[in-house]
Amino acid sequence: MSGGTYLGMPAFPEAARAATRDERLRGNLRHATHTIRDKRARAVAELPDWAELRAAGAAIKDRTLRHLDGYLERLEEAVTAAGGQVHWAADAAQANEIVTRLVLRTGEREVVKVKSMATQELGLNAALERAGVRAYETDLAELIVQLGDDLPSHILVPAIHRNRREIRDIFAERMGDWGRPAPEGLTDEPADLAEAARLHLRQKFLDAKVGISGANFMVAETGTMVVVESEGNGRMCLTLPETLISVVGIEKVVPTWRDLEVFLQLLPRSSTAERMNPYTSMWTGTSDGDGPSTFHLVLVDNGRTDTLADEVGRQALRCIRCSACLNVCPVYERAGGHAYGSAYPGPIGAILTPQLRGVDTALDASLPYASSLCGACYEVCPVAIDIPEVLVRLRERVVEGGEATVGGTRVRIRPARGHAAERAAMRAARWALDHPGALRAGQRVAGRMRRLQPRRLPGPGAAWSRTRDVPPLPPESFRSWWRRTRGESGEAGR
Amino acid sequence: MNAREVVLGRVRRALADVPRGEEPEREPLERGYLESHQPADPVELLAENLADYRALVHRATAGELPGLVARLLAERGASSVVVPAGLPPGWLAEVPDEVRRVADEEAATARLLDGVDSVVTGCAVAIAETGTVVLDAGPDQGRRRITLVPDHHVCVVAVPERVVDSVPLALRRLDPSRPLTWISGPSATSDIELDRVEGVHGPRRLDVVLLGA
Repeated sequence: MSGGTYLGMPAFPEAARAATRDERLRGNLRHATHTIRDKRARAVAELPDWAELRAAGAAIKDRTLRHLDGYLERLEEAVTAAGGQVHWAADAAQANEIVTRLVLRTGEREVVKVKSMATQELGLNAALERAGVRAYETDLAELIVQLGDDLPSHILVPAIHRNRREIRDIFAERMGDWGRPAPEGLTDEPADLAEAARLHLRQKFLDAKVGISGANFMVAETGTMVVVESEGNGRMCLTLPETLISVVGIEKVVPTWRDLEVFLQLLPRSSTAERMNPYTSMWTGTSDGDGPSTFHLVLVDNGRTDTLADEVGRQALRCIRCSACLNVCPVYERAGGHAYGSAYPGPIGAILTPQLRGVDTALDASLPYASSLCGACYEVCPVAIDIPEVLVRLRERVVEGGEATVGGTRVRIRPARGHAAERAAMRAARWALDHPGALRAGQRVAGRMRRLQPRRLPGPGAAWSRTRDVPPLPPESFRSWWRRTRGESGEAGR
Repeated sequence: MNAREVVLGRVRRALADVPRGEEPEREPLERGYLESHQPADPVELLAENLADYRALVHRATAGELPGLVARLLAERGASSVVVPAGLPPGWLAEVPDEVRRVADEEAATARLLDGVDSVVTGCAVAIAETGTVVLDAGPDQGRRRITLVPDHHVCVVAVPERVVDSVPLALRRLDPSRPLTWISGPSATSDIELDRVEGVHGPRRLDVVLLGA
């Protein structure tokens, strides 16, 4: 009922192989990603100072991360002073336990939810369900995913893999199980489908006593929370219930009120490609007679401090979840979001998930390889996260192992299995390059035998040559050509 | 050790590379971006951008406003309207008495508001470059829920006084301790095949009246 699970998913290459064979999925994804990326380029081009905004966005986030402890303490103080209650959670289990306890204490068994990446990462809905609490997703795409027992596949448009026909069928078949059924004779026109969602959720908003949200930004200086959205479901969940519980990753804090002037320009244009999204809500603690009378803020670590401990990898925590990197990524466009096996698909997921969860599983260890390192993601990132740099860093961690922080403890990661051939090849290369005589002899032999060169490599090389042409061996090596044409001393060319 | 200390302890250990005594506020932060993109006519740009996101934009003088508000409610067939406590009384002067006035008060719950057709408010600030009106729950705007549950919102913006060029200038005028709602066009979604549909949960029709001399 709470949808599928990412647990036990296959490594990226296997999942992607299935996805790339699905013609309709690829069609949906191609259309969607190209539409948003073109719109984004136009929205960004309207601002002549985009490069400066981007640099400032990165600098503010870096400043925050370098002094995260101080800003979190300041935030806690400001939220508390404004009438909110702050809770801390080191991991997903603690966060889910806190939220469940807060909900049960109200006596309610139903909650309305605003789309939140953090609660998806934590698996909050499943945890609430185990405690007998039903969580209703109210974002249209999240509703489609929830009713379809499905998983989100995009940060901004989680049902991007579904077309209108499929959505109509899901609504017609499943809405009745969750509340008000879909109207008779529902068509697959987007306006009709949106109307069906409006009617289905209206009663839930009006009855809701508890709302659960995330936040896009939290201002340390003032204790202000910010949620950006389009449909108005966010405003419903943030203002109508008596109790509001916001579950937010610790990296979402920004130092000052003024800093919002940067992010409220960067985020909408990068995300929905709009000058401004239809609705942005800002609240500070509680207000008398307007909105929830009880406000809880749950601050979540769940691997963020492990990420922070890596001086190269920590830049991933600048992410403002705009999803621009998904829309330009050639790998995402073909593989789709589910293959990434976490709440965070696409290039940002490929660097965030292995840092939040570690590289223990085959899936997580495969994610740093879900990229051609083309760098388009870095180009569009509004906070200048050098995703390729972090990918290479994580590949090194997978192949070579080494120091990392896991669950707050410094550990030595063992090299992953499955990369033995790569390590052996690199060791052999290092030896050969250190021994010019052996290299020369080897190249001479290879040059003579080049007619016998196979088109596919045998043994461990087979995986590499399955999708690539083996480059033809030249008749003579560069070194021997140089010696032959320029003489042994290499002086002839002068 | 409680979770708070665990998390803060982990943060401090993770930041072992940051020099002790580094004070973030003392480090310069390059803000090379513009405070405003200097629109030639901010009010005109506001109108253009609002319309671009499918808000309906009208202009009126103080004398014309009551007639315009009455017409906008009538066009919508409104039989009831929510009135914030501090709305200038003249704004609704020409709305017929048959249209029921609902006060914005504690007793006006979301369920009650669900049966009300329209709401008329002022606004705190409007942003030209983004086509945004910002409500801060001031006396002429009322509680957040009154501009959310009814399906039709008429928002009156005094021009040029309430208009700023840009997001940075808007934030400077706003008080973070008040609940703020930034509105840029009516509620919308692009979740189905990226086809934009106006009107999901918020008001499906947004009329913005630019009130000038």
